[in-house]
Amino acid sequence: MPEKVLMKGNEALAEAAIMAGCRHFFGYPITPQTELAAHMSKRMPKVGGVYLQAESEVAAVNMVLGASAAGVRAMTSSSSPGISLKSEGLSYLAGSDLPALIVNVQRAGPGLGGIQPSQADYWQATRASGHGDFKMLVFAPSTVQEMIDLVADAFSLGDEYRMPAMILSDGLLGQMMEPVVMDDTKRTEVPERPWAVSGHGNKREHNIVNSLYIDPPNLEAILKERYEKYERIKEKEQRCEEYRTDDAEIVLVAYGASARISRSAVDAARKEGIKAGLIRPITLWPYPEKAISSRMATAKAFLCVEMSTGQMVDDVRLIVNGKRPVSFYGRTGGMIPTPAEVLNEIKKMNGGI
Amino acid sequence: MGELTIICGHYGTGKTNFAINRAIDAAINGKKVTLTDMDVVNPYFTSSEYADILREKGVRVISPTFAFTNIDIPALPASMYSIFDSEDDVIIDAGGDDVGATVLGRFSGEIRERGYEMLYVTNMYRPMISDPEDSVRVLRSIEDVCGLKATAVVNNSHIKEFTDAPAITGSLRYAKEVSRLAGIPLLCSTAPRRLIGELPEDECFYPVDVYVQTVWEKEGSKW
Repeated sequence: MPEKVLMKGNEALAEAAIMAGCRHFFGYPITPQTELAAHMSKRMPKVGGVYLQAESEVAAVNMVLGASAAGVRAMTSSSSPGISLKSEGLSYLAGSDLPALIVNVQRAGPGLGGIQPSQADYWQATRASGHGDFKMLVFAPSTVQEMIDLVADAFSLGDEYRMPAMILSDGLLGQMMEPVVMDDTKRTEVPERPWAVSGHGNKREHNIVNSLYIDPPNLEAILKERYEKYERIKEKEQRCEEYRTDDAEIVLVAYGASARISRSAVDAARKEGIKAGLIRPITLWPYPEKAISSRMATAKAFLCVEMSTGQMVDDVRLIVNGKRPVSFYGRTGGMIPTPAEVLNEIKKMNGGI
Repeated sequence: MGELTIICGHYGTGKTNFAINRAIDAAINGKKVTLTDMDVVNPYFTSSEYADILREKGVRVISPTFAFTNIDIPALPASMYSIFDSEDDVIIDAGGDDVGATVLGRFSGEIRERGYEMLYVTNMYRPMISDPEDSVRVLRSIEDVCGLKATAVVNNSHIKEFTDAPAITGSLRYAKEVSRLAGIPLLCSTAPRRLIGELPEDECFYPVDVYVQTVWEKEGSKW
């Protein structure tokens, strides 16, 4: 059993990517993700990898596209405004059926917003990461240990489904320190990529990686096929963690750092005799619809907690579909909700049931 | 004139928590003390974030101009210079690594003139410095950029809530090796107050409280 070490969220994301066989990192500095790139700049040369600080976010994401097309595991990381700049490349990656890992350590927006933590890029990650019809796998870790595990999963599922995957973190998780185990035995293999444009030596037909389709019917057919794949992913890859939900009447739904705050609030509510529980989505796309649907058996009401003005709450409302009240509590602009504030919301709801 | 102590080290070793403890202990012992947050490279979990607790205990706090705000501008206020005329004991909490310590270089002349202690904080459970040689390499890079020399090592080896007596005693050999390679004495090893009774009496331990925490840790939840 490997021993525990103390790691910062951002450096754990970087180290986990190296453990998952990623040797190509392209990035551009921005707070609060900078330690990730800084760690890569120190570690990549030691493991025979490439760390490249590009001239811009747009350049970095397109380098990821090129590296992935050539058949290697590649990644980039940024924080909110930088992800907006990368959106063109994300769309091209999806349109070219290329796997890649994109890390967003969210900060406050819109515009330059601020450097304090936020979860206001949920819509961007799950709805509109770029132009056109496409989806990305989106993972939301809530501990530093889980960051390590989800980086490996994001790489391998991205490869399996040939699509980009995002880790949606936030400044708080990225900057905090936690004890973790870097389990080397979980080192993932980089699978063969028979579709890669890496030279064919006249021994096979050449591969094409491209997102331009001249014939509209052809493009429509490809998009339909891709959306059938998305349906299979929705069926198979939904993930969440439930906490004290068995008999929960008030079900909180929160991801990432907000889930940790909500979990404290659930414990505090239980101490006061309120039957509260928490569903913590681990995949934001595909969204854990099944878990939320089945929880309606005991739930009298849902409460979404986010560091935004209310984004993920839309998905909860779509699933609950008016059958139960869905409330929202959030702080935004770089403010972090406290467990006491969330407990207060639970109490208000409890009075109303 | 009081003592000037600089706290430096690899980022994430616990410099800020140690600096806060030193400042509060000095204040409790009746000293006039100023804690100067010189971390302008990392905007989160800096000592400025704990200014309220510090001031409540009688510690004067000087923060970077935009500390704990939504912007990332590495500016220091003019009041930073007051530490060189102050009669107070002064503790400087430097930023992590060489990048964080670079700003110290701007004041190195004044610091040398006043006289200083520079404590190098190390933590065996931080992967990038878990080898004593790597730790000393970080120390040398810090000294190079700020033009000041560390005078002692502080062993702050811990793994947050998993810190127990064996985790601390298991780090002593590491700490002594860092001190030997660096050619400076080991001042002390820190230990959570609750563990002091379980530790060997023939070693020097500095009891610390945990101030640097997340919102949920502050309410007693580990998860």
